[in-house]
Amino acid sequence: MIHPSDPAAETASRQPVPQPAAASEGKALIFELSRPGRVAYSLPPSDVPDFDLDETLPARFRRQTPAALPEVYEVDVIRHYTALSRRNFGIDNGFYPLGSCTMKYNPKLNEDIARLPGFAKIHPYQPESSLQGAFELLYSLQRDLAALTGMDQITLQPAAGAHGEWTGLMMIRAYHESRGERRTKVIIPDSAHGTNPASATVAGFETVTIRSDARGLVDLDALRAAIGPDTAALMLTNPNTLGLFEEHIVEIADIVHEAGGLLYYDGANANAIIGITRPGDMGFDVVHLNLHKTMSTPHGGGGPGAGPVGVKDRLLPFLPAPLIAQRTDGRFYLDTGSPQSIGRVKSFFGNFGILVRACAYMRTLGPSGLRQVSEDAVLNANYMLARLTPYFDVPHPRFCKHEFVLSGNRQKKHGVRTLDIAKRLLDFGYHPPTIYFPLNVEECIMIEPTETESKETLDRFIDTLIAIAEEVEINPDIVKNAPYTTVVSRLDEALAARKPVLNCSCG
Amino acid sequence: MHRYLPMSQEDRKAMLETIGIAAVDELFADIPEAMRFQGELPVADALDEMSLLRLMRGWAERNADFDRYASFLGAGIYDHHLPVVIQHIVSRSEFYTAYTPYQPEISQGELQAIFEFQSYICELTGMAVANASMYDGATALAEAGALAAGATRRRRLIVSRAVHPEARAILRTTARGLNLEVVEVGFTPDGATDLHDLISKVDGSAAAVILQSPNFFGCLEDIAAAAPYAHNAGALLVVSANPLTLGLLEAPGRLGADIVVGDCQPLGIPAALGGPTCGYFAVAEPWMRRMPGRIVGQTVDRTGRRGFVLTLQAREQHIRREKATSNICSNQALLALCAAVYLSALGKQGMQDIGRLNVGKAHYAAKRLALSPKLELPFAGSSFFNEFSIRLPQGTDMAQLGEALLQAGFIGGYDLGRDYPELNGTMLLAVTEQRTREEIDRFADTLEGLL
Repeated sequence: MIHPSDPAAETASRQPVPQPAAASEGKALIFELSRPGRVAYSLPPSDVPDFDLDETLPARFRRQTPAALPEVYEVDVIRHYTALSRRNFGIDNGFYPLGSCTMKYNPKLNEDIARLPGFAKIHPYQPESSLQGAFELLYSLQRDLAALTGMDQITLQPAAGAHGEWTGLMMIRAYHESRGERRTKVIIPDSAHGTNPASATVAGFETVTIRSDARGLVDLDALRAAIGPDTAALMLTNPNTLGLFEEHIVEIADIVHEAGGLLYYDGANANAIIGITRPGDMGFDVVHLNLHKTMSTPHGGGGPGAGPVGVKDRLLPFLPAPLIAQRTDGRFYLDTGSPQSIGRVKSFFGNFGILVRACAYMRTLGPSGLRQVSEDAVLNANYMLARLTPYFDVPHPRFCKHEFVLSGNRQKKHGVRTLDIAKRLLDFGYHPPTIYFPLNVEECIMIEPTETESKETLDRFIDTLIAIAEEVEINPDIVKNAPYTTVVSRLDEALAARKPVLNCSCG
Repeated sequence: MHRYLPMSQEDRKAMLETIGIAAVDELFADIPEAMRFQGELPVADALDEMSLLRLMRGWAERNADFDRYASFLGAGIYDHHLPVVIQHIVSRSEFYTAYTPYQPEISQGELQAIFEFQSYICELTGMAVANASMYDGATALAEAGALAAGATRRRRLIVSRAVHPEARAILRTTARGLNLEVVEVGFTPDGATDLHDLISKVDGSAAAVILQSPNFFGCLEDIAAAAPYAHNAGALLVVSANPLTLGLLEAPGRLGADIVVGDCQPLGIPAALGGPTCGYFAVAEPWMRRMPGRIVGQTVDRTGRRGFVLTLQAREQHIRREKATSNICSNQALLALCAAVYLSALGKQGMQDIGRLNVGKAHYAAKRLALSPKLELPFAGSSFFNEFSIRLPQGTDMAQLGEALLQAGFIGGYDLGRDYPELNGTMLLAVTEQRTREEIDRFADTLEGLL
């Protein structure tokens, strides 16, 4: 990679990096590789007596024509997906400072552990006696996550952050209903993730959006104005999506609780606070964590994640079933939940394979290592912010937590949008930051370095961003037409939505 | 120093200097004093790599796994062969360490793989559009109910009791959130949905009729017969289908389904105590813009080259917020990749062959078990694929039987009495291509001996 921090990079950074021809060729669909008769599987001959399919499965149930799946051989399968993998960028390829996504290193040890047959090849309905190891792992994870968040109990069922939000809100709804109260509104700051209002809707609530104040925090007056006897909860991300700690959290909690509402903690940004402060101690009643962020489990190109939810005692009766519990003889069993439980939210035991990885991660770091994670994540972010401040508009110029927000407004005056800057970063081998989020900052650039990146990596990235900021002033077209080095150039998203082609219609 | 954390004392010092502070603590000064956590988190201690592996292996070995026990357990999660190519491909870290493909220029691999996954699901189900995955089959089913309610502006969901009990439980939780009503339809003595009961409950207020085929008892449902009753009432027909069966069985879309959902675990995804798996979600064209979740679409770049992007995002939470069609954000993309690789490996012929193997072995097992005077096939009047029910002698202690089978090296079937009081003493068995004739015979002998 050519890099602007290199002595010769001043001009080099303004040139597209040459790319081998093969990588820029289009990639055939697997269906286009199909040749009649080829196979990529090996199944045993049947060892049971021959049977008449027509008799066993009447024709009215059977396919009239075979599904038009590709016919390829094993080498095709391997080369096809290997080629696809080379057209993809993960954390193992390079720095991935995607704000609010906590793209930290995904430890390989955790992958190996999750693949042990005793974890990967077990069935959720096996007798309890044959799952004691799995249950002990889940039980210990419930306990450790409760300790880490300062909550009284944890459900490991939710499959992702948004799923956790919905689970938490359903519990909040059941809690209020159990007290004979009909509270229909959930208050959400304008800086919140889109999943917050969407989850409120599917849990049957109406969303009330409140503005942030000039300092980027919850506007207490707006909160007081919005709150009332119909308030079910306030959903809060802390630190918020601007990377700022809601320093009036005690007051916020008081306002919400005095009105009879509950406080919901969106754990998307929990990587800033582990061992430093706990949602339970801040006054939150319900918390979700994103294990695919804070606890290093890989995001898999979009999932799977895991979104465990922690609650305070008063919400215990509403937890979804089942929980893992321990008998006095030390054996683990499934607690099917109280009659007030909100019911089931996910099949079986949630995303167990992800929970295994998270458990391994926590035990790799231990109490002091976990605190170190947050301290380093915050130090890294503040270092980047300090170095970038002279070159970009900083809407909230003070210390941040694990992430921070820049605005591309200064660059926009040269006709260059934040999107262009993000695309130009691709030419230097980086995954760009989150852009245009949160919505309350114009031309937003949201950077989250995480703790697993070294100072050299941060410096190289910072130097690149500074070089791009210079390009914007000297030769904005270079930035506006980026990227140059990727396997495709900018794609026509409007066309994709206007004339949807959503499958290859190969059948 | 920890192996995942690079910062040396010198780095720290230099960085603090750049920031203009003396100690890291100053960065946390905005956290109210009373909120600061004092002392050490009461979580498990740190372990080195060797010790952690030892601990985890110890836990893993205390579970009965499919390598050491012959499993006859299904009920939604199956012991199928996992073609070895799958792990090699999904272990490529360009795939598994990537986030959602927000930057299409450097995510073409993932986007194309998901586009192909969507194509596979459409082909298998006979539907026009599929999404990039849901959390699992059960949450996909609940989302189908939600879509139907939104599309028809009606509030009643009619669901067969022969749908997986956990899927129905999740449907009820979901329905409570959306203020929908769930009405259940019974099943016949043959273990199929009772069409008379269905007809009596489907009227102009029904948003959806929800069936599963093969159903929870393993019986095939007559989708084509049920479809007109749903459609004449203006309701959508939702069918949950095990995708592995669709190499042999008719695509639900050709039998009248409006929405087809299911769980891809049988397509090369490890059982892993039931998760992570991957739900699929497919609809007929009119419902395309009401779909939940990510959808990948084909387009072109500035030079006209084919490329792929996340599309129709105006449905989604990050754009529409409280007006989104669903709150789903993270999905199960890596498991969708698993399923896509599986279908690539099995291909046109393999999906038929694996179907035949499953059907053959399950029917052999059913016949073999039925030879015993102690056992009966309660749903003998229905057709099945690789799962069927057997009735055990009255008074059989199912928990004890499960333990005894374990002792003999088997993971036994599912106790239907857990969810259906009227099916007390009935066991649901799954027989996949993994089971040999010898294992089936030994299982039958062992079971008979234990009764």
